[in-house]
Amino acid sequence: MPLNSKIPAGPIDSKWKTYKATCKLVNPANKRQLEVIVVGTGLAGASAAASLGEMGYKVKAFCFQDSPRRAHSIAAQGGINAAKNYQNDGDSTYRLFYDTIKGGDYRAREGNVHRLAEVSANIIDQCVAAGVPFAREYGGLLSNRSFGGTQVQRTFYAAGQTGQQLLIGAYQGLERQVSLGNVEMYSRHEMLEVVMVDGVARGIIARNLVTGELERHFGHAVLLCTGGYGNVFYLSTNAMGSNVTAAWKAHKKGAFFGNPCFTQIHPTCIPVSGDHQSKLTLMSESLRNDGRIWVPKQKNDQRKPSEIKEEERDYYLERRYPAFGNLVPRDVASRAAKERCDAGYGVGSSKMAVYLDFGAAIERYGKIEANKQGKPNTSKEEIIVLGKGVVKEKYGNLFDMYEKITGENPYEMPMRIYPAVHYTMGGLWVDYELMTTVPGLYALGEANFSDHGANRLGASALMQGLADGYFVIPYTLGNRLADDIRTKAIPTDHPAFVAAEKEVSDRINKLMSIKGKESVESFHKRLGKIMWEKCGMARNAKGLNEAIQEIRELRKEFWSNVRIPGDIEEFNPELDKAGRVADFIELGELMCLDALNRNESCGGHFREEYQTEEGEALRDDEKYMYVAAWEYKGDSNFELHKEDLNYEVVHPSARSYK
Amino acid sequence: MQHYNMNLTLKVWKQKNSKTKGAFESYKVSNISSEMSFLEMFDVLNEQLVSEGKEPIAFDHDCREGICGMCSMYINGRAHGPWSQNTTCQLHMREYKDGDTIVVEPWRADAFPVIKDLVVDRSGFDRIIQAGGYISVNTGNAQDANALPIDKQKADESFAAASCIGCGACVAACPNASAMLFVSAKVSHLALLPQGDPERKTRAFNMVNQMDTEGFGSCTNIGACEAECPKGISLENIARLNREYIGSMLSGSNAEGLTN
Repeated sequence: MPLNSKIPAGPIDSKWKTYKATCKLVNPANKRQLEVIVVGTGLAGASAAASLGEMGYKVKAFCFQDSPRRAHSIAAQGGINAAKNYQNDGDSTYRLFYDTIKGGDYRAREGNVHRLAEVSANIIDQCVAAGVPFAREYGGLLSNRSFGGTQVQRTFYAAGQTGQQLLIGAYQGLERQVSLGNVEMYSRHEMLEVVMVDGVARGIIARNLVTGELERHFGHAVLLCTGGYGNVFYLSTNAMGSNVTAAWKAHKKGAFFGNPCFTQIHPTCIPVSGDHQSKLTLMSESLRNDGRIWVPKQKNDQRKPSEIKEEERDYYLERRYPAFGNLVPRDVASRAAKERCDAGYGVGSSKMAVYLDFGAAIERYGKIEANKQGKPNTSKEEIIVLGKGVVKEKYGNLFDMYEKITGENPYEMPMRIYPAVHYTMGGLWVDYELMTTVPGLYALGEANFSDHGANRLGASALMQGLADGYFVIPYTLGNRLADDIRTKAIPTDHPAFVAAEKEVSDRINKLMSIKGKESVESFHKRLGKIMWEKCGMARNAKGLNEAIQEIRELRKEFWSNVRIPGDIEEFNPELDKAGRVADFIELGELMCLDALNRNESCGGHFREEYQTEEGEALRDDEKYMYVAAWEYKGDSNFELHKEDLNYEVVHPSARSYK
Repeated sequence: MQHYNMNLTLKVWKQKNSKTKGAFESYKVSNISSEMSFLEMFDVLNEQLVSEGKEPIAFDHDCREGICGMCSMYINGRAHGPWSQNTTCQLHMREYKDGDTIVVEPWRADAFPVIKDLVVDRSGFDRIIQAGGYISVNTGNAQDANALPIDKQKADESFAAASCIGCGACVAACPNASAMLFVSAKVSHLALLPQGDPERKTRAFNMVNQMDTEGFGSCTNIGACEAECPKGISLENIARLNREYIGSMLSGSNAEGLTN
């Protein structure tokens, strides 16, 4: 089957305008007859459900948490990009487009990325109108900061809680539609199957997580807004419940999976402290605006950071990448940290950490503040006090979080940080209209693969989630449903619903009947270890081949020895988790297969065999300038389809931040 | 920081579902590292229970970084435990020492019925937001974000109120199980912004009305909510809510928002 990305013809900056002007519309009376299922209520799902409800569609929204407001978008810290050029620093739609394409190491689609950059400005307008309290300057206008991989200030933020504020904005819009009766909300529900009628996605099977009952829900279309699959690594910055299950069920029903191996390892996370660790906590990239990253120049240096003099420190990012310094993109910063630690320069008890130091920033801000207060002769001690005040205002909540977790005060000593799994660029393959290879089944936000190529720039996930939900799907869904107005709601006693429900209940019964000895958690940890060691920050063919074998064995063991306590017809988090881990195990194998297939290094995908003499990623545009879209062919069997990437505007070159 | 291991006794509320009665059960856990979070200690206990063929303790949790508002344990008589401005997931075991006994209960409020063990139903909060905790702006309605400057101080105050995570600690801490701090945080967030102004008159009235319908208690100015709020939401918000509420009563247009 040839993949048709459906990118509109014409110059890059008129594709989306032309699409919007010519796509089909659904009249208001018909919208009231059309039902849409939205799974997931993060930025993409909540904004899509709210917008579609406003337009008059009959929407059903689902989330596994106890409230739509808890989706993991809430935890995004640093900010959201938009090409507003409020700072007069040369930003434009084109620059945001270009930075994103380059940041993604030339593995994203130009058409999608340009559209993302175009609607970015509308997102900020929409959010402000909905009451999102972004940071402001004294003049009352919006404030911006820098993020990695760019040389302009285009990131809008709300302290270190930008995701929270944006999600609450979208959630409130969603709840308004619930109160108006346009959206029916199903909390504590998990989607466990797509229902296909005549080759079209026409509904879902969901499990009520409180009662354990299975439910059938019809929709003319199904939107998956279910986030990423970083938890395949067990330890990640994702929430404990974040999972791939909805996307994986869709994959097994025919939706191709795009670039599954493209994983983002975030450079600044609090390091692992022990085997008990259940998750890793991010320290926002915004900290790299002011924090300087270093390790001692001397190997295995046991001294306290305060005892290591300036000239004995190696600010390795500033040394290696003078043009971008501490603000290189995430993949570059993560690999550089790993390189220093592997070479024996790491710090802390595990030696798997580097310092993120605010000393210089505190002094610099302190001086500015002293001048502002008209006290140029302030003592150094007082300058430090003033500077700490400024840093507290900017990053206070992050510093508090660091102190709670580590018990150390980052105002007094540098933070210790290390890379951790954070985001997945890969996801369900979608065309320009965000539709998967299954007709009527869409994927939005992190759940799709489309906009970030092999590496996502900071503050672009929030942008993409809201772009897809607020500004893209309202047009593209109508373009399909305009031809569906004669389709009456399919009753849920249709054989396709009955069969899909049986599939789900058979699987649940099978899981419960194993009654083995090992806990779900233990299997998840073992999977994570394989993935992190062999399909993590650095990969090679030998390791990946081993990982595939190990995962297959783990899968067999899981299905013969997992122990799930409790019953089916009750609130049973262990059972919920078992289903998710079973899907992660299958996905893990596909990720390794994809990483093995891609004999090049690009963005977050670093194959040790393919690097420059300086240790930078070495792309192979001749052979691998394509999206790897995998088709499920049954049990450990996947067929590769290629979507060639055509760069009409940006000319791919070696990606340099030096 | 010195790390150490400890053995603990836990007395945890067990309740099969909302229809049955619950009771405390005692558990022992050993070799708990001072570096663990409180929920990681519960993970250890649950793993132990699963391996013994017993049913693990159900508790709500998700982000484990203090922002989603899902975790909700009442620990030794305090919502989210002993640390101030903290969530249960961010409480770390260095707070405890070897031999300690820790009592863990669910949020207790009529409006938050127990689903199982430590898990409660907080959907009442969603319904309060549905009653008016939003700005009625459809997608595509917005003007340029900088067209309307907002006084920085007001924007900052609005943000402080908007940082509420909807966890329900305020309700759990309040002897009356009042949701006034939660409601007032949302009313303040929106009332402090010019965008929220057109619906001010109906918002406070309708949200308070819904709060009463849900069965939350009334506010008697005790202040336990503020003391236990993990995000430091201030009591000043309740004062503002009262002003907004009186304003909406005086305007006489209070109930219209219900039908608009």
